[in-house]
Amino acid sequence: MNLAYRDVRHNLFRFLLTCLGLSLLLSVVLAMIGIYRGIVVDALTIARNHGVDLWVVEAGSRGPFAEASRIPGDSREAIARLAGVATAGSVTYQTVEAEHSARKLRLYVVGFEPGRLGGPEHIVAGRTIAQSHFEMIADRSTGLTLDTRIRLGRTVFSVVGLTENQVASGGDPVVFISLLDAQKLQFDLAPPAARVQLARGTSGASRDTVNAVVARLAPGTNPEMVVEAARRWKHLSAMTQIEQESILTQSLVDRARRQIGMFTTILLLVSAVIIALIIYTMTMEKLRHIAMLKLIGAPDRTIVAMIVQQALALGLTGFFFGAVLVANIKAYFPRRVVLDPDNVLALGGVVFLVCLLASGLGVRAALKADPATALGG
Amino acid sequence: MPAAASESLVSLRGIFKHFGEGETRIDALKDISLNVSPGEVVALLGPSGSGKTTLLNVIACILDPSQGRMSLEGELVFDSKWLRQDLRRLRLDKIGFIFQFHNLLPFLNATDNVAIVLQLAGYEPAAARERAIELLEYLEVGNRKNAFPAKLSGGEAQRVAIARALANRPRIILADEPTAALDSKRAQIVMDLLRKLAADQSAAVIAVTHDEKIFDRFDRIFMLRDGRLEDERRAVAA
Ligand SMILES: Nc1ncnc2c1ncn2[C@@H]1O[C@H](COP(=O)(O)OP(=O)(O)OP(=O)(O)O)[C@@H](O)[C@H]1O
Ligand SMILES: [Mg+2]
Repeated sequence: MNLAYRDVRHNLFRFLLTCLGLSLLLSVVLAMIGIYRGIVVDALTIARNHGVDLWVVEAGSRGPFAEASRIPGDSREAIARLAGVATAGSVTYQTVEAEHSARKLRLYVVGFEPGRLGGPEHIVAGRTIAQSHFEMIADRSTGLTLDTRIRLGRTVFSVVGLTENQVASGGDPVVFISLLDAQKLQFDLAPPAARVQLARGTSGASRDTVNAVVARLAPGTNPEMVVEAARRWKHLSAMTQIEQESILTQSLVDRARRQIGMFTTILLLVSAVIIALIIYTMTMEKLRHIAMLKLIGAPDRTIVAMIVQQALALGLTGFFFGAVLVANIKAYFPRRVVLDPDNVLALGGVVFLVCLLASGLGVRAALKADPATALGG
Repeated sequence: MPAAASESLVSLRGIFKHFGEGETRIDALKDISLNVSPGEVVALLGPSGSGKTTLLNVIACILDPSQGRMSLEGELVFDSKWLRQDLRRLRLDKIGFIFQFHNLLPFLNATDNVAIVLQLAGYEPAAARERAIELLEYLEVGNRKNAFPAKLSGGEAQRVAIARALANRPRIILADEPTAALDSKRAQIVMDLLRKLAADQSAAVIAVTHDEKIFDRFDRIFMLRDGRLEDERRAVAA
């Protein structure tokens, strides 16, 4: 006869209530892990979006995301001619505030040359940009729909295509427009003094600049070789996709990531303590029955099994419902919550261990329980 | 090895028990010698603090005597130290317990409260249940076999507890105030039951009690005072 099961069944309501509390707690932990993973994944989204192998930016800069980068608009032709480069495209990035249905929208605007690298890889509705002006591909998270018209700077764009899950590292949704429109937008939104200089052509700068050139390499090409070749232009530097990704996770979202990571760790510790307390008190309440069992001759193994099985049942049931809960509400978070099976299982493992350790405390108390207390005074 | 009928089931020789040392030393049992034979129902009487519970705990092998010798069912189990490693198994095999309050496990129904002792002793679950139900019927609580302890009356619960104490056919039954929580009619029923059982299974029943209304149900009454067994008298009637 399984004592743990009998006890749970007898006090089913109470057990379920405890499980509910535990699952809420664990769902918070899981959500936090998901938010952490979401920040990392979001940070990489924009760099992974174009499916490129190589980033060419301004010399000495770790741009275009972590630092500013500005290179001449004709760099793309030079890069495209390098041995091993299959295709290349110019891109610009800027954050723009726009207004839509009386609501402020922060957008991360990517400018690319239609037909070249730099545009979105997957369009889930509509089409890509066909004209060189006034068309926009927007992410679903902007709330924009096909054929919506929206004004950026002095230009009104119409949405011709939609993407999904495209956000910048800060969580702002991404929209794509043509490079020419993007350059005009950069000019329109520049501070007035700079704009005057640019128009006069006195600052030495030209309107034909881009933030980076992205390139895809021919199969079998060593990216390091191409990086070396691109660096021979003194005003350019280059990095591989892998380097770009590491800049994004290591420096750009590093603080945010560590902040959330720290909080997640604290939350995990707090949960561990709470789980341990629940299980410990659960055992302490049974100490009289345990003394009784010892008195009538139950071996330690029966008593240990009862405590450990109950602890694990509680922990794993709580964990299961917590996971189900988060899986069902994660879509309602304003930013992405990423639940990797790996992370979920890892948390499950942690909960398992915590339950085991906590029941260890209970077991210690139970083994010390004096059978004489059952006999009473 | 079952003891011969004439041999004592419980035999204590010069048992001492003290708690603490020096200033705070309490001598709870002083030079106790006592024999209880099969079929005997004996009472332990005495004022509060006289050592009744301590003596019962020693016989139950849950308190180590400080000194002395003790045999249960003819097996020498204590001689200045325990001679057996597994005292819990010893209890499971030889001793049944009955408490003032029934002390049943609240999460098991009447049948399972009895069956668990049998399962611990190695019975198959089905066989354990079967014997448990038999015992409940023997104690006339068969109709309550599926009730949980919280739903049993005091008398019913005490009879289930007795069934549990009897489950492994122990030949030594220890009871601490078995009737204190019962009215006099039910107290008589429980005592008659214990007597019947002692006779049927040639077991020894040792009960701590204050309950004057059941004194006449004991074969012998031991009087404890300040840790000493002061006198022993035959009960008036049987
Ligand atoms: N674990 C212990 N540690 C120290 N002293 C103890 C312990 N158990 C009992 N004593 C002492 O031993 C003496 C005998 O106690 P015991 O519990 O056997 O009395 P009792 O006859 O059962 O009393 P009551 O009728 O009140 O139950 C008392 O003085 C008590 O304080
Ligand atoms: Mg007592």
